[in-house]
Amino acid sequence: MKFPYSEKVLEHFRNPRNVGKIENPDGKGLEGSPACGDMVAVYIKVEPETKIIEDVKFESYGCASNIATGSVITELAKGKTLEEAKKITWKQASEELGGLPPIKAHCSVLAVEGLRAAIRDYEEKHGLVTEKEPTTEEVVRRRLKHVMNPLTGLDIIRTDLILKTTVEDGVVRVVVDLPSDHQFASSIKEDIVEKLGALWDVKRVEVVFTA
Amino acid sequence: MKPYFFDTYAVATSEFGYSMGIDAKEGLEKAREGIAAKLGAESGEIVFTSGATESSNTALKGVASALKEKKGKHIIVSKIEDFPVLNTAKALTKQGFEVTFLEVDAEGLADLGKLEKTITEETILVSIQHGNQEIGTVQDLKAISEICEEKDVLLHTDATHSFTRLPLDVKKLPVDLVTLSAHTIHGPRGIGALYIRKDTPINKFMDGGFQEFNRRAGVENIPGAVGFAKAAELVTPEETRHLEAMRDRVIDRALSDIPKVTLNGSLEKRLPQNANLTFHYVEGESITLHMDMRGFAVSTGSACFSRSLEASHVIMGIGGDHERAHGSVRFSFGRYNRMEDADAAIDAISEVVARLREISPLMEK
Repeated sequence: MKFPYSEKVLEHFRNPRNVGKIENPDGKGLEGSPACGDMVAVYIKVEPETKIIEDVKFESYGCASNIATGSVITELAKGKTLEEAKKITWKQASEELGGLPPIKAHCSVLAVEGLRAAIRDYEEKHGLVTEKEPTTEEVVRRRLKHVMNPLTGLDIIRTDLILKTTVEDGVVRVVVDLPSDHQFASSIKEDIVEKLGALWDVKRVEVVFTA
Repeated sequence: MKPYFFDTYAVATSEFGYSMGIDAKEGLEKAREGIAAKLGAESGEIVFTSGATESSNTALKGVASALKEKKGKHIIVSKIEDFPVLNTAKALTKQGFEVTFLEVDAEGLADLGKLEKTITEETILVSIQHGNQEIGTVQDLKAISEICEEKDVLLHTDATHSFTRLPLDVKKLPVDLVTLSAHTIHGPRGIGALYIRKDTPINKFMDGGFQEFNRRAGVENIPGAVGFAKAAELVTPEETRHLEAMRDRVIDRALSDIPKVTLNGSLEKRLPQNANLTFHYVEGESITLHMDMRGFAVSTGSACFSRSLEASHVIMGIGGDHERAHGSVRFSFGRYNRMEDADAAIDAISEVVARLREISPLMEK
């Protein structure tokens, strides 16, 4: 049989590690939504003194890449401090899995973001975050690094798909260097709106295509 | 097919050509008669193409080009058409044509009241499929063709998924253009046909030679045409009843054995070979991969599975949301399936869905 994934991905997909909920977690992250497609929940237990992640579990409403990435990042995060775990990237997870098809990058990024959201949740609850950062063009570009270009499997900033971003009165405008009838136009647009719409001071996201 | 690859391998010639070419031409014409007979058409009304995509492109672009000066630039297609019709219609909007994407109801049936109201003096073509590729909904072609005839508008139907499985007789129904393909009836890939009623205004959209009554340029795929006709001949009513029985078994068992399942499409007005169900709280690509590992080939309308990462326009078109498309699975049955396969598929999917729900954050446990 021929499957579109590496043996390692298939193995994690068949037998995902650290699956389930943690009752009374110290931190919980939920990324994505049923309305947009994939969704991932990550739960962490943190040792208060050392800030080491003692236990981590995840749940996935997603495709094979999403499940396999959730499985592998929870393995990577367990036993690490919050600071170390924050630095786990999608690229690391993907390498650990023996690579993922480019078109699947965006499904697996979600799992990494779930872990970061759980850590952020812990930090907010424990007063480790001082104040909310206002959304600037810099913040927008940083967020857009989490939107994947399905053509290459790299993010849309690095692949120069974003021509311009503006932030004004809570309205973020993003100009994408693609025609509106491009094969991936709708998917990329949805992804951008989801990522930027979640920022606390953003009221509206406008995505404009070049043709 | 085989003799036309290895023995009578010549290109079909005109009647004054060499004998092997004449023999090849005879094979082609016999195949044409076979397809025509299945549709109640004259053989001169059948044009062989490379498949459904080319047939529907020819129908829409050919009529658009022939009638834009004479009659108008308005085209109506249903919003749940398969990509050959849907994307050809979208492409025509860029060339100045006005396209209405007709609404369908929750089962996928075209809104005939709206169809009647939407047709204007400028309308040159209505294109509504016979049976849907994903959810299997069978349109009321009789009523649609009567509306079009009364309003004097050409009607095209994509019968890719219904040909030989459901009755369609162009002598009885005033349909002007019909898209057909061999791949859905165990025929070879790369061959299809377009039925063009005599005297239908249509232009060629590929330039070249004068083959296929000057309707389709290019060297004919004779082995393909012969294989297509043979495949059409081999479909029997008994076989179709058998597909229906397997379809009904899968639908009945999915709805009774597995919790939180929705049927997509209609219970009665449904293609014999198609079952489509949404398994809520789980994602379709994960289901198809698990099913593939167990030896079952099923497909899904999930965005994660599609080449454009977009959720099924058919599920969205019948009023569904991303969630419904996300967990939708299509089962298609063929000649070589047995009732045990239908049961085994449901046993497998019950287990797969239960496993995936175990790890889903949406499932109350």
